[in-house]
Amino acid sequence: MPAVSMTVNGKAVRAEVDSRTLLVQFLRETLRLTGTHVGCDTSQCGACVVHVDGVAVKSCAMLAVQAEGAEVLTIEGVATGEALHPMQEAFRQNHGLQCGYCTPGMIMTALDIVRRKGHELDDQTIREELEGNLCRCTGYHNIVKSIAAGARAMASGDPALKAAE
Amino acid sequence: MSVTGIGAPVRRKEDFRFITGAGRYTADIGLPGQVHLHFLRSTHAHARITRIQAGHASRMPGVLAILTGADIAADKLGPLVCGWMIHSTDGSPMKMAPHPTLPIDTVRYVGEPVVAVIAERPDQARDAAEAVVIDYEELPAVVDPATAQRDGAPQIHEIAPRNAIFHWQLGDAAAVDAAFKQAASVTSLDIVNNRLVPNAIEPRAAIAEYDPGTESYTLWNTSQNPHVARLVLSAFVGVAPEHRLRVVAPDVGGGFGSKIFIYAEEVVTLVAARRVHRPVRWIADRSEAFVADAHGRDHVTKAEMALDRDGKILGLRVKTIANLGAYMSTFSSSIPTYLYATLLSGQYAIPAIHCAVDAVYTNTVPVDAYRGAGRPEATYVVERLMEVSARRLGIDPAELRRRNFITSFPHQTPVIMSYDCGNYAASLDKALALADYAGFGARKRESEARGKLRGIGLSAYIEACGIAPSQAVGSLGAGVGLWESAEVRVNPTGSVEVLTGSHSHGQGHETTFAQLVSGRLGIPIESISIVHGDTDKVQFGMGTYGSRSGAVGMSAIVKALDKVEAKAKKVAAHLLEAAETDIVFENGKFTVAGTDKSATFGEVALNAYLAHKFVGADLEPGLKEGAFYDPVNFTFPAGCHVCEVEIDPETGRVTVARFTAVDDFGVVINPMIVEGQVHGGIAQGIGQALMEQVVYDEGGQLVTGSYNDYVMPRAADFPLLAVDTTVTPCPGNPLGIKGCGEAGAIAAPAAVMNAVTDALGTEDVPMPANQLTVWTVLQRAARQQAAE
Repeated sequence: MPAVSMTVNGKAVRAEVDSRTLLVQFLRETLRLTGTHVGCDTSQCGACVVHVDGVAVKSCAMLAVQAEGAEVLTIEGVATGEALHPMQEAFRQNHGLQCGYCTPGMIMTALDIVRRKGHELDDQTIREELEGNLCRCTGYHNIVKSIAAGARAMASGDPALKAAE
Repeated sequence: MSVTGIGAPVRRKEDFRFITGAGRYTADIGLPGQVHLHFLRSTHAHARITRIQAGHASRMPGVLAILTGADIAADKLGPLVCGWMIHSTDGSPMKMAPHPTLPIDTVRYVGEPVVAVIAERPDQARDAAEAVVIDYEELPAVVDPATAQRDGAPQIHEIAPRNAIFHWQLGDAAAVDAAFKQAASVTSLDIVNNRLVPNAIEPRAAIAEYDPGTESYTLWNTSQNPHVARLVLSAFVGVAPEHRLRVVAPDVGGGFGSKIFIYAEEVVTLVAARRVHRPVRWIADRSEAFVADAHGRDHVTKAEMALDRDGKILGLRVKTIANLGAYMSTFSSSIPTYLYATLLSGQYAIPAIHCAVDAVYTNTVPVDAYRGAGRPEATYVVERLMEVSARRLGIDPAELRRRNFITSFPHQTPVIMSYDCGNYAASLDKALALADYAGFGARKRESEARGKLRGIGLSAYIEACGIAPSQAVGSLGAGVGLWESAEVRVNPTGSVEVLTGSHSHGQGHETTFAQLVSGRLGIPIESISIVHGDTDKVQFGMGTYGSRSGAVGMSAIVKALDKVEAKAKKVAAHLLEAAETDIVFENGKFTVAGTDKSATFGEVALNAYLAHKFVGADLEPGLKEGAFYDPVNFTFPAGCHVCEVEIDPETGRVTVARFTAVDDFGVVINPMIVEGQVHGGIAQGIGQALMEQVVYDEGGQLVTGSYNDYVMPRAADFPLLAVDTTVTPCPGNPLGIKGCGEAGAIAAPAAVMNAVTDALGTEDVPMPANQLTVWTVLQRAARQQAAE
């Protein structure tokens, strides 16, 4: 079996994997980082979104060996210790989650939207950018609100206050 | 209102773990030594199994066991059962065909599990499953429920000639006939309520562990009702005695009904765990979920409404064929009967109603409850009829509804239900104002100026929730009681654990239930834990479905809190050396009336366990009370949803331009959570109306078997939703709650389709009104116009 090395949430990891192992399987089963979820088998639901070298990737659509040498960020690495990231706080303040299953993928996608589109996000932009993320609980209403609030909070650097509006 | 008590939009206690990736769903559980199970499923809609060759597969790397129907039969396990007995009009019981966990000789739908392969690794189980060879002798299949009823249709079960499960009816046919004779006008509609896949984003999963030392099992699974699962697995399937089977439903990623039922996969996973003496894990793929989870809806209906000259409804006649799929799922029989026909009176005073329902088998995935379960189908019938009648009579649809509203309560309908309270004009008025109903004409002209069509539609729905009085459902055929249990455990340090038989899979019980306790006991919400979903912790419970957790589950907690308070007052009396009758409990403090002597809740809790001052010994130490609550009636949430659509006649694309919902859920515990429930329900309702549709080809192959083919609603499909409430407290339970979980899915389809048909100027538009459907309707109209 080939060995794969990468940095996950700031920690160097190395393991032997079957060559067909998907990145999401490597994260969940080998590293036991189960915050990244699997909701479909056609790369559409987005529950498995992580960042690879700073870019949002569906980790079900990538082999673990393709992430050789990469910097991977999962939902477990988003908060700083006990301090939530402003985007996480925004989801909590705006009731942007119900069952929580799609939430890690939504938050990882949201961070990528902010990276690409900036901090002032209108409703329509967010909705279009969520093309690749499915939620069955919220009707997306509060997810859209959460992402707009989280994006603004990231600009101000004041998570608690800004996300709570 | 305190900041954390009833009525406060408290941020959810459960969120921290979900937004940090620390949730613990079934598939996240990793047990030492766990192995993996993969199902090989039928590729045929109807076929005889002539041979299963698994010899080669069983010798492949990592393979531990391969199980077939013969192995399950050898274990003498019972079949899967439907727990609600329906009798046909002639008195005969429904034709419940045997539903083997794995089939022995015949498969009856594409996706039916046939062989289970257990291996060290998931990929090894998959590889070996591909090497198993099943020889089939194909049989003719039928997927259309009307065709299934005809002479000469392929017969799916020996027990059910012409695939008939039951012919059932409710109401007074003669009274309805008489009403129709008096009618000034009759509105008739042919309605198909499209088949849907629930699609909770977490696919179903199970992990089973067998302990040979105690001959006991633990099953972690994605269940909305772990106790009911344990009861059925024990008493009917016979996997293990109830006291040696623990069922745990940890964090569950949405249910919408699909995780109520007791399925074959969980049974086989348990059997496999005993056979290989290792923890066995099964996780459904999404494409597998399309055939492994019960589908929803699938009604074909002919409905007629008789009205007098003034637009007052005289009678309603409904005939429905309900497609229940290849086997009867756990509660399948109750959905198109007592959860459907009983709601056909809607919000209206209708003197005579008759409904006949034929339930049939077809070679399709079994059909059971999906968010709303029967009530969306009823609302769609009633609210489409109302809108069409209004248009034909030239009466404003809001006005026609108003003329027929029930205005005095209690109100006995002709179809069993007795509505306890409501104010339908209030929710209609508020919805019309919020939706700017009066301004629709201007918006329509503005759309037309841009070459677009615009339509508006209402849906004044009612639902029966908080299911339900055990005595009532028992008399209607339910195999279980539908009460709920609660236990309140006060710890010596004054913190509180509440054990509930309700199960939260997105509804936020850990927050709302804690709000109730915090408000009542005057302790911080952080000092309260809500414990649910584990049969080893919670003694028994009926679980979460039918919008029942607030009305029934929380009422049980109220009863337990009453007992805790009564006991705590006795403790306080000993502690404060006063008469028990002089103790007053308020804001977390026990006071001796008329004095300044008091004790905090924490001090009383501690003293309940110290018991040092319990002189006379008439008082037991400790502070822990349990209660069972059985409601006196269903609850009747109701409201009015208004949808406005814009249609591009060039492309047939429907855009939901505005959506307004005003709901009467009775007393609201947490408005933030309630709004979220409404948003989600509306999204599923709009999904049914405009996007979602299960398609089978004639041979019984599932054409819409993945997210590539089945259209799931996405963020860009919705406008901002305008949501508000009116409140008439429910008189039937101590909190005045009616329930909010299903309203959106119940109300929205009719509102959307009333808007679409208004825009298109024709009533003949099936759900889902997707781009192709609407474009086809527009082309048909254009051809007709050209011909005239």
